[in-house]
Amino acid sequence: YIGAGGGANDVQWCFSQVKGAIDDDVAEADIISTVEFNHSGELLATGDKGGRVVIFQQDTENKSLPQCRSEYNVYSTFQSHEPEFDYLKSLEIEEKINKIRWLPQKNAAQFLLSTNDKTIKLWKISERDKRPEGYNLKEEDGRCRDSTTITTLRVPVFRPMDLMVEASPRRVFANAHTYHINSISVNSDNETYLSADDLRVNLWHLEITDRSFNIVDIKPANMEELTEVITAAEFHPHQCNTFVYSSSKGTIRMCDMRASALCDKHSKLFEEPEDPSNRSFFSEIISSISDVKFSHSGRYMMTRDYLSVKIWDLNMENRPVETYQVHEYLRSKLCSLYENDCIFDKFECCWNGNDSVVMTGSYNNFFRMLERTQRRDITLEASRESSKARQVLKPRRVCAGGKRKKDEISVDSLDFNKKILHTAWHPQENIIAVATTNNLYIFQEKVN
Amino acid sequence: ITTECAVDAQSLISISLRKIHNSRTQRGGVKLHKNLLVSYVLRNARQVYMNEKYAEIYRMQQYEEVMTVCNEIQELNPLDLAEDCEEQSADCCGIGNEPPSLCGALLPVSHQAPVQSAHIQPPSACSASLSLQGEDVCKTSEPLFYRSCCAEAYPASNCEFSPANSMHCNKTTVLDLDTHVVTTVENGYLHQDCCASLQPCCPGAQNPAKKRKVDFGYYVSEIEEVPDFTPCKRAKFEDCSYANTEPLDTSNISNLISIFGSGFSGLVSRQTDFEQSLNGQFCSKQALASLGAWTRAIVAF
Repeated sequence: YIGAGGGANDVQWCFSQVKGAIDDDVAEADIISTVEFNHSGELLATGDKGGRVVIFQQDTENKSLPQCRSEYNVYSTFQSHEPEFDYLKSLEIEEKINKIRWLPQKNAAQFLLSTNDKTIKLWKISERDKRPEGYNLKEEDGRCRDSTTITTLRVPVFRPMDLMVEASPRRVFANAHTYHINSISVNSDNETYLSADDLRVNLWHLEITDRSFNIVDIKPANMEELTEVITAAEFHPHQCNTFVYSSSKGTIRMCDMRASALCDKHSKLFEEPEDPSNRSFFSEIISSISDVKFSHSGRYMMTRDYLSVKIWDLNMENRPVETYQVHEYLRSKLCSLYENDCIFDKFECCWNGNDSVVMTGSYNNFFRMLERTQRRDITLEASRESSKARQVLKPRRVCAGGKRKKDEISVDSLDFNKKILHTAWHPQENIIAVATTNNLYIFQEKVN
Repeated sequence: ITTECAVDAQSLISISLRKIHNSRTQRGGVKLHKNLLVSYVLRNARQVYMNEKYAEIYRMQQYEEVMTVCNEIQELNPLDLAEDCEEQSADCCGIGNEPPSLCGALLPVSHQAPVQSAHIQPPSACSASLSLQGEDVCKTSEPLFYRSCCAEAYPASNCEFSPANSMHCNKTTVLDLDTHVVTTVENGYLHQDCCASLQPCCPGAQNPAKKRKVDFGYYVSEIEEVPDFTPCKRAKFEDCSYANTEPLDTSNISNLISIFGSGFSGLVSRQTDFEQSLNGQFCSKQALASLGAWTRAIVAF
């Protein structure tokens, strides 16, 4: 059992909550497309294909009691993006939320960035628990008072009311991306952020919506010569001048914005040579990086490609320091996975709070935790069957071939429609959020 | 999910083309990343298919048939090429309609197994790795595969394709099907021979860029940032000289006999299907002309 404890304190994971419809018939709009904890872990945001954002808040009232598990309850729900139509290009723009990123909290309100394929929005989520009462010119319900009936004057006062959480769009950052946005990342300077599409990375100031600076452009002069696209980008957690972007060719480039205005020239290139014995029709597809994440320490970064997770030391460019196989048994199935499009699934990955464990999803609603120090790994499942309160999750095993042992699942029995693409780890505690197609599972460390 | 699936190059090509075609109607617009990845599979499958065809053709060694075809070709309008080619190549090479098997395609080429054996047992499906000599082949032959219509003659000494590596090129004669220029390479020296009936480049050739799009059976309308892509850089050959003609031994006969683009007999029929299904967005002439881009010079000895 693996978690942030490490060493002798192995973590057991238990079911805590599940959010979403129980229906087996999944409405397309309900498909979860992104999951993200805020910086304190108190808030958990999800975005879906229908353009909605749902924010859950951790119930902190009983946190002091060790037996009580903090639960996440719905805090706010709003429609972030709507479907649009680009008349010039005759293209429909999907409302699906590709990414959500929280801003560090500066005042009572919370801010997050949410993006679809083309437009990024800054949302302010604020609480209102008081309202003014005692107006002179209007009644409590808003109707105007007849001024001739007013004989006294009073000062309106704030009185408590039921908590109301409001989400309002404060900025709309539009028209800066020709291709589909795949990433947004807030800079550690808390003033700027980047957005990346297939061919370009743009730098924005959070206050300025009518201008963005293009800092990376890999579009070739002749589109026929295109060989790779940008798949993800992220700012360094501490160095505000540094960011990385990954490519479909399995490379990661680190750029320093101090070096030049246009960061087409990388300062570091992370690339591992391909293993020639593994060459297949699908080599290019499975080497495409689907996610890149810096460690909290800023010393490492993690990349996810179709079959593996790699951890890179920022000081070593020629190979990763650690490589973990997520589901190597799929290597012989690549052709079928190509036919049914599963090979194009973009799995994300995440670090735990102290960078000792990484997590990523797989098929059959399995997800994997990979413990770095002792190189141990575990496969767990997010399923309704294992969702009794505080039920401990049992490790799962996939039988790649040969005789199937009891409790093992054979590769051919895996359900490839049940995929876990998005996972998130609480920044401080052993609480994880795992998104299946349309449900959000929350698991917590077992407390004895 | 099943263990068995269509691992042969030809069905991968058609699956890939179908994906590219379907992506045009997907909500949210064409996904550049996915289409780029699909084009890589398409390229890989086509290379394997070509290797297989080369191996088969070499086995046949039908010199006279090839020459006959060459003569007939010279009288053909390039746009008619596709229609006639299919029969001719069938005659020429006696190629049956069985799809080439992936792994069978590789073994003779990259492992230099004697190609006299008619049938190579394909190893089990997807797990068979493409020998990375395929990759080397790709690197050197990348420029050869993405030739636009007016491309120059195919290098004669594709010795990587020669199944028995002891085969060496001595004197090779090359016919460029597009320019109809016949050239001979002798011990590395290039002679420009007769250009039987010199015709100007086929009509579609002025715009090699457009050619490329139709190559993949994927016609993109003219809007500025609409993606188009090929995975490999197109090499620029200024003339008919072979930049990489290797120093040749005199010991043996030369090697490979290339095929017409219509050797992709399966592909031709599929492209025709696409034509019909795309409601006139495919210009059928363009589709046929695009096959010129698939063509290779015929190398005979």
